[in-house]
Amino acid sequence: MTQLFLEQALNGLQFGLMLFLLAAGLTLVFGIMDCINLAHGSLYMVGAYFVAAAAQAADSFWLGLGAGIAGTAVLGLLLELSLFRQLYRRDHLAQVLATFALILIANETVRLVWGPAPLLLNPPEALAGPVEIAGFFYPAYRLVIIAFGLAVAGLLYLLVAKSRVGMWVRAGASNREMTEALGINVRGLFTAVFVFGAALCALAGGLLGPLLAVQVGMGESVLILAFVVIIIGGIGSIRGALVGALIVGTVDTLGRALLPTLLRALLPADAAATLGPALASILIYLLMAGILFFKPQGLFPARA
Amino acid sequence: MAFYRPARWQKPVAVVVLAALLALPSLLEILDQGYYIGFATRVLIFALAASSLNLVLGFGGMVSLGHAAFFGVGAYVAAICHQAGINEGLLVLPLAMAVAGLFALAVGAVSLRTRGVYFIMITLAFAQMTYYLFVSASMWGGDDGLPIYERMHLAGISLAGDDALFFATLGALTASMLLFSRLAQARFGRTIQAIRENETRMEALGYPVFRYRLICFALGGAVAGLAGALLANLTGLASPNLLQWTQSGTLLVMVIIGGVGYLWGGVVGAVVLLLLEEVLLAWFDHWHIALGLLLLAVVLFAPKGVAALFGKRHD
Repeated sequence: MTQLFLEQALNGLQFGLMLFLLAAGLTLVFGIMDCINLAHGSLYMVGAYFVAAAAQAADSFWLGLGAGIAGTAVLGLLLELSLFRQLYRRDHLAQVLATFALILIANETVRLVWGPAPLLLNPPEALAGPVEIAGFFYPAYRLVIIAFGLAVAGLLYLLVAKSRVGMWVRAGASNREMTEALGINVRGLFTAVFVFGAALCALAGGLLGPLLAVQVGMGESVLILAFVVIIIGGIGSIRGALVGALIVGTVDTLGRALLPTLLRALLPADAAATLGPALASILIYLLMAGILFFKPQGLFPARA
Repeated sequence: MAFYRPARWQKPVAVVVLAALLALPSLLEILDQGYYIGFATRVLIFALAASSLNLVLGFGGMVSLGHAAFFGVGAYVAAICHQAGINEGLLVLPLAMAVAGLFALAVGAVSLRTRGVYFIMITLAFAQMTYYLFVSASMWGGDDGLPIYERMHLAGISLAGDDALFFATLGALTASMLLFSRLAQARFGRTIQAIRENETRMEALGYPVFRYRLICFALGGAVAGLAGALLANLTGLASPNLLQWTQSGTLLVMVIIGGVGYLWGGVVGAVVLLLLEEVLLAWFDHWHIALGLLLLAVVLFAPKGVAALFGKRHD
């Protein structure tokens, strides 16, 4: 039981850290530019496809990961310059419509180029096996993902909390007009943040590729989760995104693994069989609704 | 955005369109295109659903990304009634409206405490919860959905024929549009539009802002439930896909294409989007690319929607 719990807790940590990579870009775009980007999940999907295709071509996972991230960053740059610049000043409805259109275009284009079947992405061979920690076996690749997630989280913390650019970003998130008035090049900052967010999407997509299927529509389900994360954490706050991502990742993973067992102890078997999976899949949404009910601005509001 | 006032041409145009629609089934029969009656019914149903969202979004100013939940709940009420052997539409349709409306009341009571982006996201969260509940509800078919083998009756008249269902849907849409038109000009409609324009001011004037918004939200949910019940009867299936967030997105897209806050915005948007789908799909498998580009063009070049392209605003 404790081993199962430990293993699931590690899985939850890994899932939460990957959610954080997605949520970090989203919360900054959302918080600083006040722009709802539904197509953030599409960047994640396109990133995963780029990584998978490049890894196949180069016959190396790490080369593929690098090339995929670079390619997605370039795509993000083009999107920001051509489309998103025009969306920042529009209302939320226009942003929802435009980015919904982007999802349609991205999904169909991917289907056109790579076909409807999922793409295969193999983890690097050296990491394919399990390693032993504290008496049980855990896949080495998942540990590497956790390490990557922690490293990026640390890097982002240094960048946002200690560097000058990070200071501009935080200033932009808490009051955009004032930051502009102080002479910060907010347009350039927007572009940089957007491109950075796109690169993080590709990193998450590429790292998760070997665990999940690289397929059309993979972006939508994860997008909703990323939104839940930034709403729980508070829009515009990196710290909130990290806390929110870890909460959502752990609650979702542990809920799915342990709730059915737990319910079986409390309820009749057939009732538990129906209720268990249902409750497990809505748990994080209940959590979000509950948090919004008591703290309508999320846990760490950026505009306090 | 200004207050809604009906244009002078609205009544005659509506009467002409209604007459044309009444003649449509016979016309299609003469042209030997009976297949399209089902398509026309689908368009009317989505026009109804999009109009109900337009009430919430355009008049009430509440950007809900969870409207498909009420639509889907209505569909499931119809299918569950069928499963229980209740086939009288005069019972099923009001029941679908009541259940969807009460559900919207509950969702609204929690969601309307938040504002702006948070409201968008919490309505989305509730819709996702409903979606997962129906996906895992094995007694209602789970993933596969709940089939309707025989369409309902309406006051004893069977809707099994496509023409009959078309007329029933047309009746529901006409009644709802009359209601929305009256409502938009009545004290209630004025009040919710004023709240959309300036909430703080209405609050200061002593209006119960929260209650007005909540009633508007619940009414939109009830009409969406009606549309859902009709759709389940048309397709013979209540499927969890109806509740997916992309469905909410599609309804939003319809309203935005048609024109937010224009009485006919939802209808125009549903007609335009579904016709486009039908036409584009015929010659291009990957029609979503074309649709996406078109939506982008609407956002960038016709920000007020198609309804706004014809002549000036109503005011």
